[in-house]
This record gives sequence, C-alpha cells and structure tokens, in this order.
Amino acid sequence: MARYIIGIAGNPNCGKTTMFNELTGARQHVANWPGVTVEKKVGHIYSGPDAVELVDLPGTYSLTAYTQEELVARNFLVDERPEAVIDIMNADALERNLYLAVQIMELGVPLIFGLNMMDEVRSSGKRIDSALLAKLSGCAVVETVARHGEGAQELLKATLEVAESKRGHWEPLTISYGPDLDPVLKEMQALIEKEEFLTDRVPARWTGIKYLERDEDVVIKGRMTNTAVSDRLEAMAREVAEHTEKTLKARPDAIIADYRYGYIASLIKDVVSYPVLDADRISRSDKMDKVLTHQFLGPIIMLAIVYLIYKITFSVGEIPMGWLESLFGWMGDAANAVLPDGLLRSLIVSGIIDGVGGVLGFVPLIMFMFLMISALEDSGYIARMAYMLDRIFKVFGLHGTSVLPFIVSGGIAGGCAVPGVMATRTLRSPKEKLATLFVAPYMTCGAKVPVFLMLAAAFFPKNEAAVMLTITLGAWAMALIVARVLRSTVIRGASTPFVMELPPYRMPTLRGVLIHTWERTWEYAKKAGTVILGISILLWAMMTFPQLPADRVAHYEAQRAAAGSEEQVSEIGNIEAEEAIRHTLAGRIGTALEPLSELAGFNWRVNIALTGGFAAKEVIVSTLGTAYSLGEIDAEEAQPLSERLVKDPGFSRASAIALIVFTMLYAPCFVTVVTMARESSWKWAAFSVVGSTGLAFVMAVIAFNAAEAFL
Amino acid sequence: MTQDMCLRKAKVNQKLKIKSIAAEGELGRRIRDLGLIPGTEVHVIGKAPLRDPVALRLKDFTLTLRNSEADHITVIPLED
Repeated sequence: MARYIIGIAGNPNCGKTTMFNELTGARQHVANWPGVTVEKKVGHIYSGPDAVELVDLPGTYSLTAYTQEELVARNFLVDERPEAVIDIMNADALERNLYLAVQIMELGVPLIFGLNMMDEVRSSGKRIDSALLAKLSGCAVVETVARHGEGAQELLKATLEVAESKRGHWEPLTISYGPDLDPVLKEMQALIEKEEFLTDRVPARWTGIKYLERDEDVVIKGRMTNTAVSDRLEAMAREVAEHTEKTLKARPDAIIADYRYGYIASLIKDVVSYPVLDADRISRSDKMDKVLTHQFLGPIIMLAIVYLIYKITFSVGEIPMGWLESLFGWMGDAANAVLPDGLLRSLIVSGIIDGVGGVLGFVPLIMFMFLMISALEDSGYIARMAYMLDRIFKVFGLHGTSVLPFIVSGGIAGGCAVPGVMATRTLRSPKEKLATLFVAPYMTCGAKVPVFLMLAAAFFPKNEAAVMLTITLGAWAMALIVARVLRSTVIRGASTPFVMELPPYRMPTLRGVLIHTWERTWEYAKKAGTVILGISILLWAMMTFPQLPADRVAHYEAQRAAAGSEEQVSEIGNIEAEEAIRHTLAGRIGTALEPLSELAGFNWRVNIALTGGFAAKEVIVSTLGTAYSLGEIDAEEAQPLSERLVKDPGFSRASAIALIVFTMLYAPCFVTVVTMARESSWKWAAFSVVGSTGLAFVMAVIAFNAAEAFL
Repeated sequence: MTQDMCLRKAKVNQKLKIKSIAAEGELGRRIRDLGLIPGTEVHVIGKAPLRDPVALRLKDFTLTLRNSEADHITVIPLED
C-alpha cells in the first residue's frame, strides 16, 4: 500500500488530456494552480493497493520560464517531486515531442514515455522501434492510442513499477553541449556543488544550464538563495555568451537547443524508420487545408461555421433555457403564494430565486457553446481560424482566436458575454487574452437588445433595423479600438509569439468533448450558488432599502382607500413604486448622480435603471418602467415605456443616443464580471468595471453633445 | 548557386532549408521549441488569405508563423 504522485506532461495536441481522462474517468477535479489562472486537473485512482494522485500538467513544448504554463509544469516537478512523470508524446512527431522529454530527463525525474497516436504512425507506414527507444533512453516506453483507450492500463502499470523501483531517486541525464559550453558548464557545476547552491532541489548541472539560458526564474531564485554565488554564475554565463556570439553568432540558449536536437536525432536515428511511407496519408490534412484555408473559400467556410455555432448555441439553447425560466418562474409563484407579503418574500422571490434563476438560465447556453467549441478545438479547426484571421486581429493587438469570444458575446447581436468570456480559454497568449476579455462584453448581448429596440422604437421609428446594425458595427469598432489602446498602454508590449502548430485534422471523440463541456458547465453552475447569490442579494438590498417611511406608505394607503376604480388603484401603486425606488439606495445614488449624468442627458430615472443594469442588462427596461411609474415593464413589450420616453421633455433623442452608447460600453453585468475574474483576476475584472464605465460615460457625453448640436 | 533569403520572401510550394535564426528571447525560444533549427527542411504549404501568417510543413507536422516572425529566419531554397 503506497501513495504516489504522478505528473502527466506533454506537448499541446498530443492527446495528453485524453489519456488523463482515460485513466481517471470522472474521478477528477479542476482547480487553478496557486497564483495563476492556469488550470490544474487532479484525478485520484487506485491501482490494486496503491493510491495514485494523477496531476495533468499544462501542455508545453519546453520547460523554460517564458510562459505561465511552463513555469507551472516545471515548479510542479521541482517542488512537489512527483514519484514519476508520464510524458505523453505524439509519436507521429516523435522528434519534436522528445524535446520536452529530454528536458525532463535532464532534471532527472523518473520518466515514462507514452508513445501516443500509434494508430496514425502505423497507418502512415512509419515504424517505431519502441524497445530500442527504451534501451537508448533508459526510460520505460509504452505504446498507446489514448482515444481508444489502448495501452492506458499498461502505461499506468509501467509507471507504478518505475515509481516503486526509483523511490524518489533522480538520475539526471547529461548531454554534451559542445566544446564552447561544456568546459564552463563543468566549472559551474563544480562551484554549485561546492557551495551546495540550490542542490537540495535540482541537479547542479541543470542549474548551470539554466544560468546559461538566462532563465529569469532560476536566476531570481538563485540570487535570493546566495547572491555571491549567483553573481559569479551570471558572470560566467555572460562571458561565454559574449564569446559564442563573437565566434558562432549564437547565444548559449540557441546552442543548447541545437545540441538537444542533435542528441534527439542520434537517439531516434534507428528508432524511426520509413519502410513504406504513405505520402497520401500524410498529406490528407494538407489537402483539407487547401480548401478550408483557401484564400476565398476559407473565410467563407469559416463565417458559415461561426454563424452555425452561434445559431445552434442560441436557438437550440433557448429551449432548455425556457424550461429553466418556467421552473424558476414557478418557484417564484409558489413562494409568492406560500409566503406572506413582506420583506422575506421580496428577498426570496426577487433576490434569491430571480437572481440565481437568471444566472442558472445561462447554463444551457454555456453547455451548447462548449460542446461545439470543444469539438472544433479537438478537430484542429480553431488553430486554422487563428491562422486565417490573425492578420486582421494583429493590427489591434489581438490574436486570431479572439474572434470566437467576440462572436459568442454578441458580435452577431443576441449573444451572451458569459460564455463569450469563457471562450477566451482558447487563447494561449496572455496579453491578447486580457485585452479580449476586457472588450468582449461591448458586443450586443441578448439582454441589451430589448434596451436598444425600445429606444429605437421610441426615437427612430421605422428605422429599427438600421439602428441595430449600426449598434452592432459600432460595438465591433469600439471593441477593436479599445483593445488597441489597451495593448499600447496597460498591457503594452510585443505580441506573444504566434508560432504555433497546425495539428492534423482529427475526429473529436464524444467522450473528450462531453468531459470538457461538463467541467465548464459545472464550474459555472457552482458559482451561481456562491458568489453570484451573494451579489444578487446585495443588489436586491440596494434596490429595496431604505424603504418608504411609514407616513408615505399610509398616505398611499389612504389614497387607495379613496380610489374609485381598479385602474386608479393600480395607478396609485405605480406612483408609489416610483417614489419607493427613488427612496432606495440605488435611487439615491441615481438622484445624487443626476448633476453629473445630465452631461450625457440622463435623468435620475435613467440612472436608477443603469444601476440596476449592473445586475443584468434585462433589468434596465423593467427598472426604467418602475421609475417612470409604469409599474414593472416586460422587456419584450416595452411599448408603453417607449411612448412615455418620447413624451418626457427631459429625455431627448440625443439622450436616447447617449443611452445606447452608454449601455453598449458600460460595466458588464455582474455574472460576466465574476466569470471574467475567474478567467483573469479580480483586479482585472474590477479594472474592467471602472474603466469601461468611465469610457462609457465619456463617450455618452460626447454622443449627447454631438447629437444635440447636429440633430 | 542558390542564394540565402529571408523566409518572408518564400513562395507557396517552395522547399527550403533553414540556415540561421536571428530571433532571441521568447520568440527565438518558441521557434526552436517547435523544431525550427538550422538544418531543418521546410516546405511552404500555404499562406493565410491575407498573405500572413504562413504555413510550413516540417518532416512530421505543420506549423504556422507570422511574417514578422519569419523575418528572423534565413533560408536556402532547395532544388526540388
């Protein structure tokens, strides 16, 4: 009976996650690595008497300190010292996949090779002698086909055998780095060993290599441990770098890479052979690319696919969304019937059931979107989308893959920013991802549509379609411009290198897609019960307290008693509701902001509605209705509100334009904010709320004054 | 006698051999991680609809990089 921690490493697109799913099934949970937004998946399994904790490391090509993913993977190996690591490799591109394996071997962690995708290797006519590879590398080698579960149990068995026999003993691999680097590396190693510099964690030679590679993370840790030794190592690295640059025109990190590849080449020279190379098979994917990324056909097919994702997500997703809505509607009605009129009922119905119901209502959307996005990602198409669109998005400091979050958020009017923000997961470039997160909520989501339609119907009758189109295009323009501004200010800096693999087209597996979708959906639903419930209650309190003083309530009671008809009673009720909402905290904020908001042509009523819009944009129309003493307005049938607004002398056509601009740009609804924080950080989400609202206000003031002047 | 040229100038369907890579830091590291090192043979299999980025086929797999990244790579055209 033993406990093992086993890491699973590998390149992106090598089937690592498929193997992880195969080994752990549903017994896994997803969290983040401490301090970063890189996902950490852990699965617990039992193999005979042994308990095994499997940790899925982020997919990386290397173990340097350039990306969060690589640092996370490396720190896991160094700090947690797993008993063994499985390196899943795409055996079809063995050479490149060994590049990561060799780096793990240099660290010395007991390693097992999982030669995955052997079916593709065999059908391409390539031959891999895995017994020879095992002999030459000194690592256990297991052939697998993760998508069919082939070899998974053998892999686990081999891994546990290695873990048991090595008992935490590390045997670092030594590669020669040539006549220029080897001598200095030897000197460094001697110094490091003598001073016992970081040797409690990593092999001395490895630290030396990292100093030669100018690895920031290791150098900083080194300085903190022993500045004097670190300084000497840095000086040695600098000296040899100057020398190699002069004589070989290459820095040590490039030389190290060359020798690593040289070592790999000698390793696989007799391992991989091509007795009958089926050239057709290799180029099948290339042939598909001839059509799918064709200069004219490519973009057209892409538009069609994106439109289809959007259509299916929102038209099919609408059906279960309707069920959920009815369910929560019924729960609300039931609570209304059971509970006595009063604060508790209001809290349960308006605060809890409406709030959580509104949030859970998104679940079907998220499910359908992730079903399709996971399938597209597994098929290799997302990489092609990035490839085709990158030229355009690069101009704005974004990445080709940014298109997906934009579309889902409402790039085609009627989307939703919550799944949109979650779709930024496909972006591997951190800066580009932050910028995309920030601006994706500007798109015209389904909840903003009724606001725009109501205003268009009121102030631009007969031109609703043109107005909606202008708004949608305006949202795109603003999103791209703001992204550009962000990328040259707050998240300035060279774009993350685009260099990426175009994996061969593959049929996605149902199991993989389902597991992925389930993870996302569950993660989102969990939030609804915690953070979102809290915020929902807070917003309810803001729109409820303080309540009208007793004498005002009595005043309306008296009026109602005196009223003659049903109509008058409901009229009085509406007037009371208006006064009540003005009296609440939200109302007071709205009223207090009136002098400022007047610059954009908004009266206190609009301010209250916009405050409500922080909760959900649907609330804007209904709150505006209450504030205009029309009672609760159904967002879908806002005609009375349109008429009332046109009649209001304090609300002009210019105000309407300003309100459209403000609604487009200001703070995303809090569900989006929570999701955004989860994808980046609370700091970034808070910046998005404050920054976007500030921008929205400035733009609304400009729009209001321009419209006043020209209309 | 074949001439050294910049990878950006390469045409679709051309076969090339990488001579040197001038990129440093993160970009240089990414290029090398994906197997683009001096001596590697590549085949330009396509360009995106707006002529950037470019898709390269290596022996076992396909990768793509931007023209601005290809600028750092010097290649020698191969006779087919």
